[in-house]
This record gives sequence, C-alpha cells and structure tokens, in this order.
Amino acid sequence: MSAAASDAPVLRAAGVNKRFGGLQALADVGVTIRRGQIYGLIGPNGAGKTTFFNVITGLYSPDSGSFELGGKPYSPSEPHKVAEAGIARTFQNIRLFPEMTALENVMVGRHVRTKATALGAVLRTRSQRAEERAIRARALELLDYVGIRRYADFQARTLAYGDQRRLEIARALATDPKLLALDEPAAGMNATEKLALRELLSHIRSDGTTILLIEHDVKLVMGLCDRVTVLDYGKIIAEGTPAEVQRDPAVITAYLGGAHAPAPQTLS
Amino acid sequence: MSLFFPSLRNKPAAAIAATFVVAAVLIAAPFIVGTMGNAGVRALAFAALYVMLALGLNIVVGFAGLLDLGYIAFYAVGAYMYALLASPHLTSNFPALAAMFPQGFHNSIWMVIPLGAAVAAFFGVVLGAPVLKLRGDYLAIVTLGFGEIIRIFLNNLNAPLNLTNGPQGITLIDPVNIAGVSFARTLDLGFVKLPSVYLYYYLFLLLTVITIVVCIRLQDSRLGRAWMAIREDDIAAKAMGINVRNVKLLAFALGATFGGVSGTMFAAFQGFVSPESFSLMESVIVLAMVVLGGLGHIPGVILGAVLLSLFPELLRHTVVPVQEQLFGRIIIDAEVLRMMLYGLAMVVIMLYRPKGLWPAPEHGVNPSTRGSAKAGATG
Repeated sequence: MSAAASDAPVLRAAGVNKRFGGLQALADVGVTIRRGQIYGLIGPNGAGKTTFFNVITGLYSPDSGSFELGGKPYSPSEPHKVAEAGIARTFQNIRLFPEMTALENVMVGRHVRTKATALGAVLRTRSQRAEERAIRARALELLDYVGIRRYADFQARTLAYGDQRRLEIARALATDPKLLALDEPAAGMNATEKLALRELLSHIRSDGTTILLIEHDVKLVMGLCDRVTVLDYGKIIAEGTPAEVQRDPAVITAYLGGAHAPAPQTLS
Repeated sequence: MSLFFPSLRNKPAAAIAATFVVAAVLIAAPFIVGTMGNAGVRALAFAALYVMLALGLNIVVGFAGLLDLGYIAFYAVGAYMYALLASPHLTSNFPALAAMFPQGFHNSIWMVIPLGAAVAAFFGVVLGAPVLKLRGDYLAIVTLGFGEIIRIFLNNLNAPLNLTNGPQGITLIDPVNIAGVSFARTLDLGFVKLPSVYLYYYLFLLLTVITIVVCIRLQDSRLGRAWMAIREDDIAAKAMGINVRNVKLLAFALGATFGGVSGTMFAAFQGFVSPESFSLMESVIVLAMVVLGGLGHIPGVILGAVLLSLFPELLRHTVVPVQEQLFGRIIIDAEVLRMMLYGLAMVVIMLYRPKGLWPAPEHGVNPSTRGSAKAGATG
C-alpha cells in the first residue's frame, strides 16, 4: 500500500445536504474519519444522525455532497455496492436473519468477498468446496472473536439480546469492511452488556478496523471515541475530541436546554 | 451419501446403508405396486414428476421466500416445448416446415430437455424481472396472472397461425427414446420385462434424484444462503452486499428450470398436451405440496408431493368400490370427495402443524433456558 493511501482518511464526507420536504435533515454536514479511530456521531433525537448514516450507507440519496472512501471517490448508490466498497453496517433495531443459524448469518456476510456461482455449487467444483471451507472457517473465527462461538448452530432468533448485537457485528465484520458503521449498538442494553460492548469495540479498534459509532449513550461515546461530531437539527454544532466536545457550551445547550447551565462533568 | 441423510453425517456407514435401503425400495416399488395393475405404477411416475415440480417451486417459495402462484406456467412451457418439437403438429400445419423436415419433427430427448429447461428459465426471468419489487400478496397476484396468461395463450394460439392447436391440444407426441429403446413398448431384458410405464417411472426417478442433489447443493451454497437471507430480511441482505435483484432472478430462473424439465417429461409420458392440464388449480396443488410438506425443507417437500399426488389416486380406487359395496350405487363422486378431503387435510395440517408435516428442524433453545443447553455445538 502506498504512503498516500495509508494516510488517506477511511471516510471523508463533505457538504452533505438532505432535505425531506420542508425539513432540512442534513445541512452541510461533513466528517473525516481516520484509520484506526472510533468516530462518534452524537446528537439529541431527530438531530439527523441516522439520516447521515443512511446517506453514507446508500439507503438515502443525498441532495448534494462529496464522499471519499479510502482515498478513492465513492458515491453511495445502491446499498449492496456499499458493502462491496467497504462499509459494513449494523441496524438500530437488530436485523438478523432470524431462522438461520448464527454461523449461517456470519457466512452470509462473506457473500460479497466470495464468488462461487450456482453452477459451481451444483457441480461442487474443487474451488467451490475450498471457498466454502474458507467461508465456514472465517465465520467460526468471527463468532469466536465476538465471543458467541458456542451458539454457532443456534438459530439467530433464539440468542439473547446482547448476543444478537454481537452476532450482527460479527456478520458485518465478515464483509472485511474498511469502515464498520454501528447504528446505536448500545440501544436497549443493560449496564453489564454495555460494558462488554465497549470492550468488544475497543478490541475491534486495536485490531485495526475503523468504526463509525452513532450513539445515544453519551457516556459510552465519551469513554470510547477518539473523535466526536455532535449534530443538532441537521447541523454540526461541535467537532473534536470527547473532552473538547464535552466542554462546548453549544453541546450542553443542545442536550440540556438553554435554561440550564450545569457543570460540564455531568456529561462525563 | 450423507448428502441425503444429513442427520447421519457422523455415521457414514449408516448413511450408505440408509441410501441403499431407500434405493432398493424405490427400485422395487413398481413391481410391488404393479401386481395390482399398471395404474399404480403410473401414479408413482406422476408422484416423481410432482416431486420435481414441488422441489422447483420450493426454490422460489421456500428458499427465496417469493410467493409464486403461477408456477405451473413453466411446466406448461416445458410440455409444449416437447410437444411442438416431437410431434407432427408443426409440420402438418406449416408446409414450409414439412418441406424442410420430410420425416417430421422427432427431436431427441437429449436436445429437448436442455432446451425445455432453458426456455422455462427464460420465462422465469421474464416473469421475475417485472415483479422484483413486489412482495407477498402483491407478488402472488401478479404471478397468478402470469400463469393464467400462459394458459390462455396456449388456449388461443390456434389462429391466425395454428401454433398450439388451441383447446384440442397437441396429440401424437413421440415417446421418450433413449439409445434406440422406445419407452412406448415393453423392454425385455431377458430376466425381467419392463412395461412402458415402468420405464418412465425409472426415468422420472432418476431425474428426481438429480433434482434432489441439485437442490441440496444449492441450498448449502453461497447462493442458497443469499436466497435465505433475502427471504428473512432483504434490507439486511442488501446491507451485506447481496445483489437482491440478481439473486431473485436466479431463484425464478432455476425454479422454472425444474418446472420446464418436468413439463417435457409430462408431454412425453402422456403423448398428449392440452391447456387444461395447466390450470390455476395445478399451481395451487403444487404450492400446497410445498407448504403442507414443510416450506423450504427438502425432505418435507418431497413428502408433501408424494402424499398429495398419491392420495387422489388412492381415493379414486377406493371411494367408488366402497360406495358400491355399501350403498349399491355411487353417492359422492371421487373427484368431489377429493377436493373436500384436500381442503380438510389443509385445514387440519395448518391447525396442528403450521410449519408443515416435516418442517426444518429447530436449532437452539429459548434464551431463558439456555443455561442448561449443551455448549460447543458447532458444525
């Protein structure tokens, strides 16, 4: 890999606008996510976090904006091309393949990085069998990585809530993403599960995968992220390290309302 | 051999033994049933055809989750394909063709089967392309319409050019002829005589086994997983990089292929095709086989197809004699009773076994009781 490519941000989005009728959901939003970071995107309800997320993962098309992924121009068009380009996502309300086993769920994640055809499958060619073995081995490895290998043969819907979240992350990692985009992974989790999730995410970061984290839970974001962007009413109101953002009066106002002037440490 | 008996994966000897037992029963079946006349063997041959049809439909409905109510159209396409290419119909209606082929059309089954498969697959894509964005009920309505359109075309394409001979259908279709052995006559092997219907039974059995192998292999492949993923959640499937459009089209095309092949076999077996064999009722019956047997589960679908195709035959041969014995006359026609019992069977099965007679096995347990589940159950 050339020096230029390794220095390039994993994802750069600039000037992103998206309007739904009379509502400016995103106004000139931009982020630069560097390799190996956990990048937090936070904001109150309706701030435009999920809209931005859906724009970069190809679910919504932006009215304007430019994107670069790993130094190359990138236009999030059809969702299935997004995974191929290198962004894997999870969903705010878990979307697994419920009747398939945990292992099969992760194996589906390998789809985009493998290429056996229908004919190859029918004839069970040597390359198809080798690929199939590799898919299975990699999927088991990932289940192990997120700590749910013992449930490999369980149908996804029978897993506990926290394990379903982990399975979704394993499935996303199976696509070999440049950027792992997580939409409120801590939603609905209890304190123990949140702690375990936090450990898993820092583990993923230390293994070199860049993470975009959209989160409601300020504590989780502040403790985990390297950089944070705060959105409110579709606009960026603050950007920086968690410590910087936390002290920003605009952020405090957005979260707690202008009338209150609480001590900044209440957010930490 | 464990391909057929996944539950015996760790016992190869048992899997081989089970395969041999099943094979022996299937090979001996016509001789046992045949003692009561050829009608029974004919019913077995049709059961094999229906297994093929049901497995083809299972790819579309069971694997990919696309409700198709017009599946019989592909069966019709295959049947008419063979009828037109292996009967005097075209040459007697088009003098130009007769001049080109003075012996008439008598194409080899080896040419017609792949052609029937390919044309049916083409029709599968033709149906699939416009309905890609439809789901559930809406998809069912459009596919139902497609099935009827094909049937109505076949019914009316006798003017201005007589392509299908309309409601009269096409007759004098060549029987299957493999390596000089005509399936229309009894084959004398010396130690055993195989009547025509036995030969068809064995041919259909062979094709059914091939269909089963293909279906199992597709199911356990990258494509099979992609089908199941779009069935379960197509938004998540897209996010995983699956090209939902192509994968759906492949499901329609491959499902249609099996319909087309069984259609060619049907035409050769009957020697006659007419549009009324391809009514909506037939689509519904094939769908019922898939759903009652166990949607998406290959052994269940086979069971459903065998039961629902043999059941009416059984009725036909019991209802009338029983009534004559009891009342001295026929009170309820076998056909009427058949539909009544069909309906009753469906209601009962859907009440007591909503996932079918032999559904896919459940894996895993309720999270609340999972502490006691055996760990490390990895494949």
